[in-house]
Amino acid sequence: MEKFTVHTGTAVPLRRGNVDTDQIIPSVYLKRITRTGFADGLFADWRGDPGFVLNQPVYGAASVLVAGPDFGTGSSREHAVWALLDYGFRVVLSPRFGDIFRGNSGKAGLLAAVVDQPTIEALWSMIESDPSTEVTIDLVGKEIRTRDYAAAIEVDDYTRWRFVEGLDDIAVSLNYADEIDAYEAGRRSFKPTTLSG
Amino acid sequence: MPSKISGMPTTLAEKVWADHVVRSAENEPDLLYIDLHLVHEVTSPQAFEGLRLAGRMVRRPDLTIATEDHNIPTVDIDKPIADPVSRAQVEALRANCAEFGIRLHSLGDVEQGIVHVVGPQLGLTQPGMTVVCGDSHTSTHGAFGALAFGIGTSEVEHVLATQTLMQTSPKTMAVTVGGRLPPGVTAKDLVLSLITQEGTGGGQGYVVEYRGEAIEALSMEARMTICNMSIEWGAKAGLIAPDATTLDYLRGRPHAPAGDNWDAAVAYWRTLVSDPDAVFDKEVVVDATTLTPFVTWGTNPGQGVPLGGVVPSPADMPDEARRHAAERALDYMALTAGTPMRDIAVDTVFIGSCTNGRIEDLRAAAKVMAGRKVAETVRMLVVPGSARVRLQAEEEGLDVVFKESGAEWRGAGCSMCLGMNPDQLAPGERSASTSNRNFEGRQGKGGRTHLVSPLVAAATAVTGRLSAPTDLMV
Repeated sequence: MEKFTVHTGTAVPLRRGNVDTDQIIPSVYLKRITRTGFADGLFADWRGDPGFVLNQPVYGAASVLVAGPDFGTGSSREHAVWALLDYGFRVVLSPRFGDIFRGNSGKAGLLAAVVDQPTIEALWSMIESDPSTEVTIDLVGKEIRTRDYAAAIEVDDYTRWRFVEGLDDIAVSLNYADEIDAYEAGRRSFKPTTLSG
Repeated sequence: MPSKISGMPTTLAEKVWADHVVRSAENEPDLLYIDLHLVHEVTSPQAFEGLRLAGRMVRRPDLTIATEDHNIPTVDIDKPIADPVSRAQVEALRANCAEFGIRLHSLGDVEQGIVHVVGPQLGLTQPGMTVVCGDSHTSTHGAFGALAFGIGTSEVEHVLATQTLMQTSPKTMAVTVGGRLPPGVTAKDLVLSLITQEGTGGGQGYVVEYRGEAIEALSMEARMTICNMSIEWGAKAGLIAPDATTLDYLRGRPHAPAGDNWDAAVAYWRTLVSDPDAVFDKEVVVDATTLTPFVTWGTNPGQGVPLGGVVPSPADMPDEARRHAAERALDYMALTAGTPMRDIAVDTVFIGSCTNGRIEDLRAAAKVMAGRKVAETVRMLVVPGSARVRLQAEEEGLDVVFKESGAEWRGAGCSMCLGMNPDQLAPGERSASTSNRNFEGRQGKGGRTHLVSPLVAAATAVTGRLSAPTDLMV
């Protein structure tokens, strides 16, 4: 994973709550067997509406998505994270994320940072009145900043550490191979296996 | 779930968690051992590719099992899959399972079916286990007192490579359901009511234990329906303490322990209860006796109302966010506030999914359909959750009941629950569906979904409008 310490970019105000992963990428786009190429599926059903915020050219270069509460609920599809990354987003801000989506983001390198609702509202207003507003997400200092605004972000310590160090989760866990071996040696003998029965 | 001092009262979830900690360190997530990893075609190809790129093996193929369910057709299953993109994804699963030595149940195999129906039916899902799958409805397996949750593809790769996951311990919640469900009110009605009460984010960050008289009275199938929908109110997992009903379900299944192992397992399983004085981070109480058939009107599972109620008015919503969401939902669903739910006509009835595609669900629906016809305006799909469920239903003659009523009797799979295969709603079509999500476009672009129980689905198929079986008695 690439290191992530501070990111600055323009932002898109997505004035919706309960954006489930079926909306982020509908199931018909999940048939690819690669990790990339999902940008065309991002918010596919909503992008048919010319008024949808992503269709507005002023937000074309944005890399920060500012969303309402309960973003990324529902299906476990990591394709939702890949689609956001493929489209060019590096950060999503919301007051609350679906658990699995937040976990997937942490693995795939999209920063899903929790900020409170008043901050979301403030950002929406700022961005809408000036779409060129630059938002800085400082993962080291755990805050977001614009030219004249700052607020705390919430990212769990482990995810933050992995982002800042650019660490691959599997490699970290494989460092504990001895502990895994020891655990396996003591597993209850009646636990099932899939190969006999 | 802060780690507790030995001897302190603990909850069921904490006991299962503690039993799987491989490594624990201050300010780090726990490394948890995974007892069973279920795999399907949609969320696994990139994980296997990741293993190949890194030169890694599957650590425990013997704790891994795969099935084809999400994108496969439910008709002509003896022929090659018509959609080339779906076919390529299924063929990738077959090649990956062959390469890494993983047991796979392919289309046409008697053990093929929806992962969350297959695991329990094989006896692979047992109390006290950790179960994961690249699918959010993995929470289903919590019905056995297992800690079961959905993961994304990166975590699928992590489990394949290490048989572990890095997990931050969640908070615990008890949902105590007192009293008994009235006749005609099912586990589905209970869980839909609960989600509307608590909201789609109400369970976020929690492992939920369902308990109380109403839960104890439920069959394993009904418990699976409840735990299945834990994710729909945001919970990490849902579980139910194992009891005699659990043991009766497991005994004699292909992968259930036998002989001395059975006795040893049962002795352990009996310890899997929350201690009487265990403290939960949150408690919710539900009175089962007041519940009635429950259906959704909106575009998330928390937008529900009793079948006897009316489409709510956005003006009555408690805050602006929910008012706005309701306006959007009514617009998408083409509904007007104040309309009685029973006046809503549907085009399609879908019975199936990991929520309600088990034998008990098909029996309940068939009982309503027996001697009755599907309304001329309605297309009804009955999709068993697994090939075994299909065979059992056929042995019991349920297929004949459905076919004689005019319903389509299909092969096993996820089907119209998520519309990845050809079983989809057309734009503007409206369904009564026993599945788990009524999101915009979930069952097909522009499709409109009302989540219902199998009983309501069957009665609705007969009348063409949202109905309960009692409406057919007149």
